[in-house]
Amino acid sequence: MTDPLAPPPKKDPQKRTNTPVLPPAARSRAALGLAIMAGQGRFALQVCDDCQAIQYPPRDACHKCLSTDLPWRDVDPTAQLIAETTIRVSPEPYFRERMPWRMGAARLTNGPTLNCHIHGEVTRGDTVKMALKLDKAGQGVLIALPTEGSDTMQDDPILRAMSCDPKHRRILISDARSPLALALTEALLAAGAAHIFLGEPEDWRAWPERAEFECRDNVSLLPLDVTDTSSITRLASEIGGKTDILINTAQFTRPGTIMQNDTTFARDAMEVNTLGLMRLAQAFGPTMAARAQDGTNAAAALVHILSAQALAPDAGFGAYAASQAAARSLCNSLRAEFRPSGLRVLTLYTGPVEGDPWFQPLPPPKVTPKALARTLVSALIDGLEEATCGDIATDVFTRWQENALLLEREKTGGGA
Amino acid sequence: MRQPYDGVVITAPVTLPCVRYTNETAHWWIARALKEALQVIDVAPQQLDGLSISSFTLAPDTPVGLTQHLGLTPRWLDTVPMGGASGVAALRRAARAVQCGDVDVVACVAGDTNRIDSFRNLLSAFSRFSMDATFPYGFGGPNASFALIQDAYMQAYGATRADFGKIAVAGRANGLRSPNPVMTRPLALEDYLNARMISDPICLFDCVMPCAGAEAFVVMREDMARAKGLPFARIRSTIERTNAFPDDPMQLRGGWEMDVEELWNMASLGPQDMDLLNTYDDYPVISMIQMEDLGFCAKGGGPAFVGAHDLTIEGTFPHNTSGGQLSQGQAGAAGGYLGLVEAIRQVMQTAGNNQVPNARLACVSGFGVINYDRGLCSAAAVIEGDV
Repeated sequence: MTDPLAPPPKKDPQKRTNTPVLPPAARSRAALGLAIMAGQGRFALQVCDDCQAIQYPPRDACHKCLSTDLPWRDVDPTAQLIAETTIRVSPEPYFRERMPWRMGAARLTNGPTLNCHIHGEVTRGDTVKMALKLDKAGQGVLIALPTEGSDTMQDDPILRAMSCDPKHRRILISDARSPLALALTEALLAAGAAHIFLGEPEDWRAWPERAEFECRDNVSLLPLDVTDTSSITRLASEIGGKTDILINTAQFTRPGTIMQNDTTFARDAMEVNTLGLMRLAQAFGPTMAARAQDGTNAAAALVHILSAQALAPDAGFGAYAASQAAARSLCNSLRAEFRPSGLRVLTLYTGPVEGDPWFQPLPPPKVTPKALARTLVSALIDGLEEATCGDIATDVFTRWQENALLLEREKTGGGA
Repeated sequence: MRQPYDGVVITAPVTLPCVRYTNETAHWWIARALKEALQVIDVAPQQLDGLSISSFTLAPDTPVGLTQHLGLTPRWLDTVPMGGASGVAALRRAARAVQCGDVDVVACVAGDTNRIDSFRNLLSAFSRFSMDATFPYGFGGPNASFALIQDAYMQAYGATRADFGKIAVAGRANGLRSPNPVMTRPLALEDYLNARMISDPICLFDCVMPCAGAEAFVVMREDMARAKGLPFARIRSTIERTNAFPDDPMQLRGGWEMDVEELWNMASLGPQDMDLLNTYDDYPVISMIQMEDLGFCAKGGGPAFVGAHDLTIEGTFPHNTSGGQLSQGQAGAAGGYLGLVEAIRQVMQTAGNNQVPNARLACVSGFGVINYDRGLCSAAAVIEGDV
C-alpha cells in the first residue's frame, strides 16, 4: 500500500523554486531504443533474430551467437526481484535531492538480470512486473512494479516522477469549444485534477454547451484565442505559474484538395493548428519548464492532440494534413527544447472525432470524445510521449512505424 | 600442464602512500613510482627495456604518449585495463615476455589521480553498460553494485553483517601497522556494526576510499637480478579469467572458481600451504568470495571460515597484511596492484612492521571492472620468496 499523496500546500512565494536537475542522461545509441519503447508504453527489449536470446543491456551484437540482427520485441515483463539496496549516498545531484533511493536486480523469466528502480510496494523475492518508463531525463528506464498494485500505487514517489499524473495538478485546456473539451474536463477531474482552466475563444459569441462548464466546481472559463498572441500572453501572466499540464485542443478543419482548396483556409489551419501550438509554447513553456520540479504539482506536460494525418495525408485534406504534419514537427522540436527541464511533450494521435461537424460525412470508425479523454488521461498517468486513440490512428501509427514510405503510397492511392 | 615461470623473478616493490585528493595527474603519480622502482634496480629511464601500465585517468593520453612524456624508449609496451585484476595480469604477461626473451626487464606501474568531483566524472564514463543500465538507477556507483552482490550473498548463504565486519576490522588492525595508511583510526566490530549505511547492506566501513596513488614492481630475468644483488620473489602459478559464468543471475562467485584447480596444480601447492592471502578488498564481501573460490573454504563457507580464523598479521590466517584497500585507499588501477606489491614484500621479508613471520608463500588475487552488474576480471597468483 502506497501512502496517498496529499494535496500540495499553497506555494510559498518567498521560497526559491527548485531548479530542475536531471538524472544521468548520457546513453549509447543502442540504449536509446529503451526510450522509444518507454515513450510508447511498451515493455520491449532487443531479441536476437537468429537465436531468440533476450539482450540486456542494449547492445550491438548478440551475447549468445554474435548475430547483429537484434530487433526490439515485446517480451514477457514477469521477473523476480533477486536483490535490492537502498542507496543513501550518491554524487549525482538528482538523486541526492531524493535520497534514499531504492534500486535492485530483477531476473526476467527466460532472460537476463535487469538493474532497475523499485516501486515501494515490492520487495526482494517478489514476483514483479517490469515496465519501461521515461525518467526526467527523457531516457527509458526500468522499474519493478507490483503484479497487482494498490489503488494508490501511482502515488509512489519514483513512479510519480516518471508519470504526468493529473492528480493534484492544474490543467489548462486551450479551447473549451472543442468537441473534446467537456469529456476531457470530466475525465481529468475524475482522475484527481485540482483545477481545470478552459480557454474560451471569442467569448462574445454565445454557445449553449457553456452551461455544462459553468455549473462545475474547480472549472474556470477564461478568454483565450490561440491565434491571438496578446490574448495568450494575458492568460499566461494570469495562470502561467499554476498551469501544470497544458492540453491543446484548438483545431481548425476544412476539407479540400491542394488544387481546389482556398489558401485562406490553409492559412487559418496553420494559424490554429500549427502556430497556435507555437504561441502557447512560447507563452506557457518557459514558466512550465522552470516549474518542472516544483513539488507535488510540478509542471509535467504539454499535450498536443494530432490528427493521424500528421503522419500521412488522407486524400482531400491537403492543407489540413500539412498543418498537422507541421504541428508534429513542432512537437518534436519542443521535446528537444524541454529536455533540460524534464517537461514532457505528449502527442496523442486520433482519427476523426465523433461530433466534429467537419468530419460528419466520413464513415466509421470514429473516436468518441469519452474514449479520447480516457486514452489521454491514461497516457498522462503512464508518462508517455506518444499515444494513439481509435482504430484509425492506431492502424496508421503502426503502419507508419513499420514503413512510412509504404504507408504514404497506400494512402495516396499509389499501391495495389 | 602449463610451463613454469623458470628464470623470471619479481623485484622492486614500490608503494606510494595514497592521498584523498590531489591536483597532480596520473602521469605525475606513475612517474614517481617508476622513478623509485628504477632506482632500486639501478636502470636509467632511457635504458628501460619494457613497460606495463594500468591507469584509468591518463586520458587523453595512452601509455604510448606516456613514453614520450617520461622520456622512455621501451622495446616492449603493455597496457592492462583490468582494474583490480591489473596487478596479476600485468605480472603474468610481463613474466612470459621476459621468459621468452622478447624483453629483459619490465617495469609494471599502476597509478591514478583523484581530483575533487573526478570520481563522479570517472564513473559516468566508466563503461557503456554502466552508463546505460546502472548509473541511471540511483547513481550509487560501486557501492550500490556491491550492495546488490552482498544482499544476494547474505540471502544465499545466511551471512551476517558481522561476518563481513570481521574482515574490515582485521584489515584495519593490519593497516594501522603500516607506515602511511589513509585510515588512521582503530576500528572495532561495534563501530562497524553501528556505522551509517551507505547503500544497504553496505555500510561506511565496507567502502574503499577513492584516492590518488601509485604502485609498481619490476619483472626481470633471474640472472640479472642475481647479478645486481636484488632480493626477489618467484612466480609459482597464475590464472586469469574474464566474464566468467555470464549466466549466473547474480555474482556469487568469480572467475577464480573456473581456474582454481589449475592455480594449485601449476604451483604444486594447496591453499593450506599459504602463509598469507591478499585479496582484492574494495568491499569485504568480495574478499569472502575470493576465499571461497580460491579453495580456502567451500562455497558458502566464507562466514564460518572467517569466524574460525584470526585474519591479522600474527593470526591463524593472515589476510591483507597491509590492511588492503580498506585501510590504504583505492588509487584507481593501483588498487589492483596493492595486494600483489605487499605480497612481494612479504615473501621477500621486507614488509617491516607488517611482516608475517617467516612468510615464504603468498596467494594474491585481483578482481576488477564492474562493467554492468558484476566484476568481469578475476586473476590470482601464487608467489614464493627466494629464501
